[in-house]
Amino acid sequence: MHFKKLLATAVILAAFVASTTSAADRIRCASTTSTQNSGLFDHLLPLFEKKTGIHVNVIAVGTGAAIEIGKRGDADLILVHAKEQELRAVNEGYFIDRRDVMYNDFVLIGPPDDPAKIQGIKSAPAAFKKIAESNSAFVSRGDWSGTHTKELSLWKKAALNPQGRKWYLEAGQGMAKTQRIANEKRAYTITDRGTWLATREGDRLDMKIVVQGDPALFNQYGIMAVNPGQHKHVNYEGAKRFINWMVSPDGQKAIASYKDKRGNQLFTPNARPHELMP
Amino acid sequence: MDFLLLGFKKAFLLILHLDRDLLGIIFLSLKVSGLALVIATISGLPLGAVLGLKRLPAKGVFITLMNTFMGLPPVVVGLFLYLMLSRSGPLGFMGLLYTPWAMVLAQTVLALPIVASLSHSAIINVDPIIGQASQTLGASPVQVTRAVLNEARYGILSGVIAAFGRVMAEVGAILIVGGNIAGYTRVMTTTIALETDKGNFELALALGIILLGISLLINVFLHVMQRKGMLYRSIWA
Repeated sequence: MHFKKLLATAVILAAFVASTTSAADRIRCASTTSTQNSGLFDHLLPLFEKKTGIHVNVIAVGTGAAIEIGKRGDADLILVHAKEQELRAVNEGYFIDRRDVMYNDFVLIGPPDDPAKIQGIKSAPAAFKKIAESNSAFVSRGDWSGTHTKELSLWKKAALNPQGRKWYLEAGQGMAKTQRIANEKRAYTITDRGTWLATREGDRLDMKIVVQGDPALFNQYGIMAVNPGQHKHVNYEGAKRFINWMVSPDGQKAIASYKDKRGNQLFTPNARPHELMP
Repeated sequence: MDFLLLGFKKAFLLILHLDRDLLGIIFLSLKVSGLALVIATISGLPLGAVLGLKRLPAKGVFITLMNTFMGLPPVVVGLFLYLMLSRSGPLGFMGLLYTPWAMVLAQTVLALPIVASLSHSAIINVDPIIGQASQTLGASPVQVTRAVLNEARYGILSGVIAAFGRVMAEVGAILIVGGNIAGYTRVMTTTIALETDKGNFELALALGIILLGISLLINVFLHVMQRKGMLYRSIWA
């Protein structure tokens, strides 16, 4: 079976070629679908690449998956939004150099006739309680993303467990798809303002924001490098340069200047400059 | 049904102003799926031939397994290969994850059972007289095998075509092991999934139309080859 020998040789050769090309001028960033789908990376990465010559490969998944990919050493850094989970993973030694980068906020959206009568309520948990009391449909991401984590914390604050209730639908999908499901089902859902603004028109969503502005709806994004002590192969130097650039005045200005097609600013930078690393 | 019209219009415009990004995506699709198909064929065809022509113990078990693997869910293949290729996995040292090679590997795994199983059934359906006659006429075992494969070539090519359809349409496995990285591991199907996520439905549909068009062209080509028997001559002559 010399075919098989040939094949095995080819595969091994290919592996060598592939592994030798992953040079120092390339970093892998596992991040969330919200940063990719909003177009933020398309805006930021060319600026960073031009300045440093480092090419950033983005793998866009949910926050839960991004943290897991980082923990396994399959990325050099991650940019995600679930601060508690992030700090836990840092404490466990998987990541280092974590910095706050930017924020946007979550909003509660629902059908225009607002069956649970929650329009204008200030407290998100109180609104959740009214949704449950009126048995109004609610679509959850159900995928352990940052948004899902936030949603679960709000149910907890409302002292409710919606799991298994007839009106509570777990989509198991990304944000844009979850919004579409909520739209079709005439249901409420929680979404990040960036995705809402970016997709509302294109997706012809017949929904409106019902609750916003509660500090509990704050959505902090954090960036951190995979600990090179855990995974020797990671490009820590490259990751550090990207983190430094993101929290530098240049990077922060670039984040603030990113606007969607309709001129909405989607993310507000909030890194502290003294957090720059040597 | 306006959307279909819009999709075709957009597809036409995209082809007209073919930009470098889209061209790169199309070529990567063809490279990854094409390479996977070649590897799957040069390893799957001998496998199907051995199972079809040789007497082996527990052959039925192999064949049933192979038929089952034809229905492997791409997501499961993707997840399995992710865990194998991950830096924390057994093959992590190769640094293959999130490269086009990982995608080739995933699609090979998906295509191989189809090529092997369909060529196996093409071979066992060849009239046994062919083999017996060539043997009687003094053919060596290699020549007998050639004669049988020659008879089975239409069926074998059908298997290759079916495998090609599977890998070109596949998104679940390559999304996981490739990562859908822009300009590096982004192919037609993962672009379509991404644009659907972003809500760019017309663009996604247009890309789908282009993908289907490419598949059509390739299948027309394969069909012509099948009819003329060119494949047979180019391989065995």
